[in-house]
Amino acid sequence: MTASTIKLETTATDHHLARMAALALGLTVLEAAIPSPLPGVKPGLANIVTLIVLTRYGWRAAAWVSLLRVLAGGLLLGSFLTPGFFLSLSGALCSLAVLAASQHLPQRWFGPVTHSIFGAFAHIAGQLLLVYFWLIPHAGLLYLVPVFAAAALLFGTVNGLIAAHFIASKKLFIHENHERHEKFPA
Amino acid sequence: MTSRLVGLKPNLQHIKSGDWTVLLLATLFTVWLAATVWQGGAADKAVIRSGGKIFSVVPLSRDQIIDVPGPLGISRIAIHKLQARIAADPSPRQYCVRQGWLKQAGEIAVCLPNQVSVELSGGRKRYDSLNY
Repeated sequence: MTASTIKLETTATDHHLARMAALALGLTVLEAAIPSPLPGVKPGLANIVTLIVLTRYGWRAAAWVSLLRVLAGGLLLGSFLTPGFFLSLSGALCSLAVLAASQHLPQRWFGPVTHSIFGAFAHIAGQLLLVYFWLIPHAGLLYLVPVFAAAALLFGTVNGLIAAHFIASKKLFIHENHERHEKFPA
Repeated sequence: MTSRLVGLKPNLQHIKSGDWTVLLLATLFTVWLAATVWQGGAADKAVIRSGGKIFSVVPLSRDQIIDVPGPLGISRIAIHKLQARIAADPSPRQYCVRQGWLKQAGEIAVCLPNQVSVELSGGRKRYDSLNY
C-alpha cells in the first residue's frame, strides 16, 4: 500500500520540546482531576516543567512548551476554544511575558522560586483581566482578587521549590538526555 | 512512592537571597491587596435623608439614637459600634427595619412610606447599582 505520508523534518530539539510538553500535559490532565473550591484556583503543576525548561533551555523553549501544553490540554480536556481555554491561554501569555523579563535577573540571587512567583502572579492577573473584560464585567470580582493572589503566592512558591529541586538534582535531565540520544541520534 | 514524596519535601537551600526578597514582597503585596480590597468598604459616616433632603450626616464613631420626622411619624435610627439601622418606623410593612444593621459603605435602608433613608458612606464612594 502506497499511502502518501506527509513527513515533517524534525530535529532532536523538536523531539525534546514535544517530550517536555507531553510531560507538562500529563500534569495538566492529572490536575484536572483535583477538585477546586474556586474556578481558577489550581496548583498549576505543569508550570514546574515550564520553569525547568526556562532554566535549562531558555525562554523560547519555555514558551513552546507552555503554549503547546495549553493547546493540547484544551484538546484533550475538551475545553478547546471554550472560555476555560482562553483563560489558560491568557494566563500563559501573561506569565511568559513576565518570565521574558524576569529571566534576565541575575542568576546568582534569583532562582526558579522567583520566576515561579512572578509567573504565578502574572498568570492570575492575565486570567482576572480576561474574566473582567470578557466574562464577568462586575466590580464584585475585586473581592476575589486577594484569594487569587494568595493562591498564586502559595502555589507559585511551592512549584518554584519543586522546580528548583529538580534543577538542582539534575537527575531528570541526565536521564532524559540519555534516552533522547538513544532514540533520536542527532 | 513514599520515598519519592519525601524526596520532594521543601528544601530551603534552593531559595536564594533574591528569592526570599521576592517571596517577602509578594506576601506583603497579597496582604496589602487583602487589606485594601476587603477593608476599603468600611463606612465612617451615616447620611440620613428625609423627604429627599439631607436631614443630617452623623459619624458612626459615636453611638446614638436619632429621631427623624416624616409624613407618617417618627423614624428612629440607631447607630451602634460603627453600624447603623432603622430601629423603628411607622411604615406598614417594616422593610427598612427588617433590613437590620448596615455595615459597609454604600449600604442603604430606605423607608419609602415615611420618606426616610439612611445610607452609609466611607472614604471611597462605591457604586450603588450596576447594570449592563
